[in-house]
Amino acid sequence: MSTLIDKERFRSEPEARALIARIHDLAREPVSLMEVCGTHTVAISRAGLRSLMPGGLKLLSGPGCPVCVTPLAEIDRAIAASRLPNVILTTFGDMMRVPGSESTLEKEKAEGADVRILYGPLQAIEIAEENPDREVVFVGVGFETTSPTIAATVVEAKRRGIENLSVFPFFKTVPRALDMLARVPGRPLDGYICPGHVSAIIGSDAYLPTVREHNMPCVVTGFEPLDILAGVVMLLEQAETVRAGGAAKVENQYSRAVTPEGNRAALAIIADVFDECDAEWREIGVIPMSGHEFSERYRSFDARDRLDIDVPEATGPSGCICGEIMLGMKIPTDCPLFAGRCTPREPVGPCMVSTEGACAAFYKYDRESV
Amino acid sequence: MKRDGKIRMAHGSGGALMHELIAEVIVGRLGNPVLDALDDAADLTDLTGETIGRGRIALTTDSYVVQPLFFPGGDIGTLAVAGTVNDLSMKGAKPSYLTLGLIVEEGFSIADLERILDSIASTAREAGVVIAAGDTKVVEHGTVGGVILNTAGVGVIPEGVVVSGERAEDGDAVIVSGTLGDHETAILVARESLRLDEVIESDCACLNGLVEVVLGACPDVHVLRDPTRGGLGTTLNEIASRAGVGITVEERAIPVERKVKVVCDILGFDPIYMANEGKVIVVAPAEDADGIVEAMRAHPLGRETTVIGEVGGRRGVYLRTAVGGTRPIVMLEGVQLPRIC
Repeated sequence: MSTLIDKERFRSEPEARALIARIHDLAREPVSLMEVCGTHTVAISRAGLRSLMPGGLKLLSGPGCPVCVTPLAEIDRAIAASRLPNVILTTFGDMMRVPGSESTLEKEKAEGADVRILYGPLQAIEIAEENPDREVVFVGVGFETTSPTIAATVVEAKRRGIENLSVFPFFKTVPRALDMLARVPGRPLDGYICPGHVSAIIGSDAYLPTVREHNMPCVVTGFEPLDILAGVVMLLEQAETVRAGGAAKVENQYSRAVTPEGNRAALAIIADVFDECDAEWREIGVIPMSGHEFSERYRSFDARDRLDIDVPEATGPSGCICGEIMLGMKIPTDCPLFAGRCTPREPVGPCMVSTEGACAAFYKYDRESV
Repeated sequence: MKRDGKIRMAHGSGGALMHELIAEVIVGRLGNPVLDALDDAADLTDLTGETIGRGRIALTTDSYVVQPLFFPGGDIGTLAVAGTVNDLSMKGAKPSYLTLGLIVEEGFSIADLERILDSIASTAREAGVVIAAGDTKVVEHGTVGGVILNTAGVGVIPEGVVVSGERAEDGDAVIVSGTLGDHETAILVARESLRLDEVIESDCACLNGLVEVVLGACPDVHVLRDPTRGGLGTTLNEIASRAGVGITVEERAIPVERKVKVVCDILGFDPIYMANEGKVIVVAPAEDADGIVEAMRAHPLGRETTVIGEVGGRRGVYLRTAVGGTRPIVMLEGVQLPRIC
């Protein structure tokens, strides 16, 4: 038996206290850091770190929740697919409650649509084999952590000659987005807490262009409380250097999982199955070369071509500031809808739906401590 | 009855086939003087020659729809007995009698049905409860996922025992009988056929024996709750809101099996909200805590009993995290859904 904390050495209270003291020491002037990964947002809230940070240090949540950055039109498309009589729509769980223009996958399921929650994309192959007369569609949402597993699924489906499986390629990639978000007018930013899992795939060198172009400190950071505190210390030290006229760099706090060059096998299968493409990020707009679509060899798996779907123009919720939250301009408690009209039970915007969304994390963990 | 046979609609028709099913498959396993009478209602004086005991009567009912029907650590039958026995136990009652409602689909394997009934029989025997009445229905294939069960239970709350969520008060200790999240994680892994190197077993068990130990050590125990659906987080919120108190628990003290934590980490679930079927939360005066913990640890189902927190402070439920932060533990809005990434 162990306790809720298994990774003791990443959660020692004396060490945490020392790092927090160092953070208070370094953050005497106002400073803003952005965590670009939803898992970080949740980890920070779950460990109660916001309650321990100095007042001048802002931890902003970036566009790091895959559900949150999926455009409304793409959600509408998945919902429309679920309504087709011959389709079994498969998805990861956190897409179920995301509101489209008029409905959600959860509501469609209750109305009788065949929508199934998967725990891993390979389950879609089993469903396709068990239902040869039906079209199995997977809603491919996620970052570089998800796309290799979908790529492997598609490669395996092709090897087995499965013809009734297709995927909506709504994938996003992180580095170009960081590049674009480094400088948003009116929003100071002093460094990126770079995502641990994504970096394990793409490697810490992927952030070099952002560092070079914007002189923006980048620290690849793990997910345990001490990892995050150590990452914040490294960023604050870099920010001090940058303020004094020095150069920013990429640092790797999470070296037990992340290498400079990344996971070669995963990158190879991504390169085989996908091509880079421009992608629309919800509430942010099109970011060049920030998405994945199927390469020529695997184009037949693209659900957009396979299904005859025509969705009307999407209409988003009014009054919701998810866009500004994902740009790091505001925090969830700034939103007039937060915890009133918009709750995890009746979410208005995407950041309240996903468990990794900034609003959901604030609602669950920080409502009273912020 | 043939072991390789299947349930047919005729098994629920009231005719000879149904009588054969009830006599051989069901009563053959669960039989006792009360049930064997096969009357329309059970006469509970039969067993003891008197009514079911002195004290207040506790009554409860619960339906069981778990999928898969068989999982590591138990099956729907174990759960149907333990769940209802535990509901009675959490009022401080000594469970005595259960009813069993059995709804089975046509096409269901009779051998599997026998397996489930064997589990019901052995779990009831271990808990010392008698299945006193029952009902069987057969429904069309594909309507109930094989089998669903309902059990109702009666028990007696001994004189002087008053256990209720509203009795939690400032200064009380919050005690838990062992690791959290085992049942729901085991079900999840079995249902989704997640491939793991290790088996995670449900903690499904009848807690009446352990509760008897708690009441022996501290007859004035304030609250007993089994953190089933919604887990520890939801149950603590229910207690805090019923009693109008605050509860703070220590992250460092909350027991979770390593493999349960790993599965939850991967799926983005919080073990605090995962269901348990064989754990009890005890809220009792702080001065009695050591005695209760010691007594519970001497029971096979309470070996890992530990104090995880205390009642007091501002209203609501709070977690003191391992690194010294504090954050609220809120009621879950819906089911936890596996995340992307």
